[in-house]
Amino acid sequence: MTTLLEVSGVSVSFDGFKAINNLSFDIGPAELRAIIGPNGAGKTTFMDIVTGKTKPDSGEVLWGEMSRSLLKMNESQIARAGIGRKFQRPTVFEDQSVFDNLLMALKKDRAPWKVLFYRETTADKARVEELAEEIGLADQLQRKSGELSHGQKQWLEIGMLLAQEPRLLLVDEPAAGMTLAEREHTTDLLKEAAKTRAVVVVEHDMEFVRRLECRVTVLHEGSVLAEGSLDHVTKNQQVIDVYLGR
Amino acid sequence: MRKSFVARNPSVLIFLALLGVFTLAVTVLGEGLGVGLISTSFVKTLGKTLCLCLVAIAMDLVWGYTGILSLGHFAFFGLGGYMIGMWLMYARTELIVAESLAQAEIPPTPDEIRDAIGTQIFGVVGGSDFPAVWTFAHSLPIQLALVVLVPGLLALVFGWLAFRSRVTGVYLSILTQAMTLALALYLFQNDSGLRGNNGLSGLQNLPGAADVPQSMVSIWFFWASAAALAIGYVVAAFVVSGKFGSVIRGIRDDEARVRFLGYSVEGYKLFVFTLTAVIAGIAGALYYPQAGIINPAEIAPIASIYLAVWVAIGGRGRLYGAVIGAAFVSLLSTWFTGGQVPDLPLGIYTVKWVDWWLVLLGFSFVLVTLFAPKGIGGLFDLLTGRHGPDRHGAALGPDQGSLREKEAEQ
Amino acid sequence: MRILLAALSFLVLFTLPAAAQDSPIQKLLQQHRDLIEQSSRRTIAPAIDALRDSGLPAAQVVLEKWQGKELWQRKADGLFFFAERIDAQTYRLVDIATGNETATAAKDEIEQLKPNSGIRGMIGAALVQFQLTDPDPARRADALNAISRDAEPAHLAALRASIGAETDPDLRARKERLERLLTISYDEDPAARIAAIQSFAGDLGVDARAALNPLVATTRAVVSGNPPAAENLARVLEPGSEALPKDEAYALLVAADLAPPRINRDDIRAALAANIQNGRVGSVPVAQLDTDAARERAYAELAEAGIVPATATEAQVAEALASHTFYERYAETDPEITAAAAAALDDIALKVGLNQAADLTLDALSLASIYFLAAIGLAVTFGVMGVINMAHGEFIMMGAYTGYVVQQLVPDYTLSILIALPLAFAITFGAGVAMERLVIRWLYNRPLETLLATFGISIALQQLAKNIFGTQARPLTSPDWLDGALVINDVVSISYIRIAIFVLALIFLGLFLFIMRKTRLGLEVRAVTQNPRMAASMGINPERINMLAFGLGSGIAGVAGVAIGLYAKVTSELGQDYIVQSFMTVVVGGVGNIWGTLLGATLIGFLQKGIEWLNPSNTLAAQTYMILFIILFIQFRPRGIIALRGRAAGD
Repeated sequence: MTTLLEVSGVSVSFDGFKAINNLSFDIGPAELRAIIGPNGAGKTTFMDIVTGKTKPDSGEVLWGEMSRSLLKMNESQIARAGIGRKFQRPTVFEDQSVFDNLLMALKKDRAPWKVLFYRETTADKARVEELAEEIGLADQLQRKSGELSHGQKQWLEIGMLLAQEPRLLLVDEPAAGMTLAEREHTTDLLKEAAKTRAVVVVEHDMEFVRRLECRVTVLHEGSVLAEGSLDHVTKNQQVIDVYLGR
Repeated sequence: MRKSFVARNPSVLIFLALLGVFTLAVTVLGEGLGVGLISTSFVKTLGKTLCLCLVAIAMDLVWGYTGILSLGHFAFFGLGGYMIGMWLMYARTELIVAESLAQAEIPPTPDEIRDAIGTQIFGVVGGSDFPAVWTFAHSLPIQLALVVLVPGLLALVFGWLAFRSRVTGVYLSILTQAMTLALALYLFQNDSGLRGNNGLSGLQNLPGAADVPQSMVSIWFFWASAAALAIGYVVAAFVVSGKFGSVIRGIRDDEARVRFLGYSVEGYKLFVFTLTAVIAGIAGALYYPQAGIINPAEIAPIASIYLAVWVAIGGRGRLYGAVIGAAFVSLLSTWFTGGQVPDLPLGIYTVKWVDWWLVLLGFSFVLVTLFAPKGIGGLFDLLTGRHGPDRHGAALGPDQGSLREKEAEQ
Repeated sequence: MRILLAALSFLVLFTLPAAAQDSPIQKLLQQHRDLIEQSSRRTIAPAIDALRDSGLPAAQVVLEKWQGKELWQRKADGLFFFAERIDAQTYRLVDIATGNETATAAKDEIEQLKPNSGIRGMIGAALVQFQLTDPDPARRADALNAISRDAEPAHLAALRASIGAETDPDLRARKERLERLLTISYDEDPAARIAAIQSFAGDLGVDARAALNPLVATTRAVVSGNPPAAENLARVLEPGSEALPKDEAYALLVAADLAPPRINRDDIRAALAANIQNGRVGSVPVAQLDTDAARERAYAELAEAGIVPATATEAQVAEALASHTFYERYAETDPEITAAAAAALDDIALKVGLNQAADLTLDALSLASIYFLAAIGLAVTFGVMGVINMAHGEFIMMGAYTGYVVQQLVPDYTLSILIALPLAFAITFGAGVAMERLVIRWLYNRPLETLLATFGISIALQQLAKNIFGTQARPLTSPDWLDGALVINDVVSISYIRIAIFVLALIFLGLFLFIMRKTRLGLEVRAVTQNPRMAASMGINPERINMLAFGLGSGIAGVAGVAIGLYAKVTSELGQDYIVQSFMTVVVGGVGNIWGTLLGATLIGFLQKGIEWLNPSNTLAAQTYMILFIILFIQFRPRGIIALRGRAAGD
């Protein structure tokens, strides 16, 4: 199996506190992976490092078949290279319509000059509508996204991620604050997405992770504690200690 | 779904129509071509106001749409004025000098003419040599190009440095203010080559048009200002209408999110910052020939803050708001500070508006910020039935510009 | 009655003639009677010198009385007396040697000597010698002052003579120093002069440099061939070099009559204009005279015709420059002395440089403490609360005006400052709290709008101050004990006000640290800064804390205003002058950290003084460069010197 993203020996510390400690992690091109771990395990910092928001003190992050180093790229270059990220809290552009949000995310040339003279084609329009259908917002296209419900915003954000057509999706706690029905919809979306690309889900909720039916990586104090199926890792004594306390 | 540019921006047509009517009215009522109901000096005031509206549009683009509170756009405005002022002053002095030297028995050499011009221009700062910045002052086309290039390049370099190091929010405002202060202090020096605090003067006289009366010249400049404002408005509307507008508003509301969508935020900011600096430079180049004089005090940081005040009072994030704010506040300010407002006797104390106007402006600005964050432009929402969001409550997004709870509920 | 009086005076006159005429001092004066009567500055010197060098005990008194216009001459016999007025017509005559009253005289019988100011000065110089040995130390000190102000060769011997008998150790030291200085200038013996010069190596006194500098002063000269050996040559100059441009070199040649003058362009032009005939100058039409080449051609024609003097051509100029040697020579002819003086001056320059660096450091420190004082309040509001307060400068101004008003009511300056400091704190604290309650708390989370709203307040307050206090600067006078400066030597000094501001800055640093670290308020402020919701759930009222923190920051601004008012003039623009620097201080230092503010203030203070030192003529340029530096600095440390990292940075 080839790897899409390879993180090796990465460490980062904030004012002496080691948020990530010699972490190694890799994922293939079409794989769904869940990352779990207690608070402060370094889950969000791990995503920050991959997406270029935080620069690690040491270690290497390699991407794609060409094994390009992501550490030399900034956030927008990494995003254009094919890594999409969904934040914990839904962040969509509330002042703009659902249509504009999706259009902005659509995979197109992102250079200012090109964008300035960009006018949407029928194909682009169709693609936006198709995405809207997929996330269940087809009849909300002209609404301001700020007016959507919390769950709808989460989906819109996932839709925007899909519109980017990334090869790797990083999803931070997608199920937080969702109703049961919404969760199921979200699970389906993620599983569907993982058929053609790599998806990494960071989640607290064990039920949600179980429903994803995928490999699980357990983080603790900035490094990998265990990896395998959910049943496998939940039997691991160390994991039990960490989650239940010693 | 796909609508034409005008259909998406109905305000453009309305604005252009109103501007056209206004220009026609001033032309007909002015002294130059019309019946003379409006004095030449008032035509100049109106022409200057149009230029201020143009720079306010630039400010609205950079602040209202992109969220960069630049306190440096009046510096670009002033630089544009300086660039055109150099040519105006040089060319006019050259004519005067040539005329006076032609009276002499011996015809002057080119060097003598240049020295005489130098003495005329730089006598006040105790010099007669031309500083390097005046190299192209003799050439109108080059100075016209510099009107665009100098503010543009300064904005490009400054913006590149500032955005590259991710300076945002109030830090950026303070940094732009520092840049403005540095520029003003530099120009205040006598050896800056731009006549120190004397500035450039006599700019209202067009070289080669000595026999054209000022009433006519003022109308010409009024037309030019109106045309520039019209073009500026259309360009700005074009920039903010499409996907580019979506992106920059996205940057305003949540910069990090735009970055994770793969847009190079720095590039967009730099583009808008530079474009608006160029617009400001052009506005300045039209303003100062109507004002007649430019000096470094015009560039002082306070001027750029006033610019922000105009846009805020007019209503940022909408182009006509910026125009209304600039026109309303600057004309009101002219009216108050011109001593034309009757004093207000309060029994023990008489309020002289020349002294109290700034107090009034300051406090009313605070009130606008607190109670009418959408400014005068917000009144149009009342007319069209759109309701203004209530921006109190907790933030919905992680960034400062994002909507608030109550706002989203509507 | 008058006749009687005249007769009496006549009698007296002739009864004591011997004493009046025979005293040595009277004889001496009679010798120089012509010169004294002539009373001309140019010729009087021998008379004064004779008196000074006579060694007669009465000489000093005579000189003093002469200087004081109390010396009179009797017309009848030309004898000199001191005279005292009895009434409008009658004067009492006093013998100049003994001081005894000898006679009275009618006013028209005697004539007052009226030395002009030039002569009085010369007499004064002569008197110095006597004063050096005067029993009164104050007069001796005066004499030393007079000598150091305006030294003369003759003083040297007098000074040397007086040293041995000097009892006051301070005066003795001064005399010895002055003696060495005069030795440099006036001694005949080169060895003594060199010894004296060397004794001043590394001396910081301005007087030492004043004595040494003339020794190394040079003048330019030019000769054909090599410079004469008798000259004390400083250096040979190359025409066309930076030290001697060609034009100046040629001007030297012309001045020395070694070359014909070159007619300058204006003169050529005037000559041409004077010789226009039938629209032509020579053979050149006037219309063609708009180039230098044509003008030279026309002028050459005129010169050939003998109408105007010929001008030197380029080739002649080059020729003349090449065939002469240009050099600088010392006015002092002894090369050993000039060498010693140059060496001593080098030594002094080094020492002065080091001391200037020390002085600059003190200056920079005091500027840094002013910036720190101005910025510390801002560090609270901006750093701790994340609120930009553009009206901070106006709070500083309010503090300064509070000081001014208190001084109008309380005349005692010490007392008024002691009242003003807490009062300014109270007033600006109140203003800050009012502003926070009325405006800022509605705008939390909207920093750009806070910036603009506080700016609105700023312009309103500034204009209010203008309306109330007028536009002219108001003085805030410091108490007497803050006047003056701590002078360490001639180069290093620092005014007491600056020391006081430095101390005040230290006090505020301590106070701030104490409040933040040791008090309940500080703990709550830190809690609200880090996590307002959490703090609120712990029972802290964030609104109250924000209000108090804002009031505290504003109050400190008010106190800073009093301090700054003592040092600068109080105007309505006082605050505006400091606001940008204060923001810079906070931003450069790093937000949310008092040590960062301290470092930022130090950096900016030292930077500004350093740039001013490199470019002393221009404080505007210094500020420009400083701001440019800060813009570049932000490139490398966008979050300031002391930056918060990680999640706490909130990015």
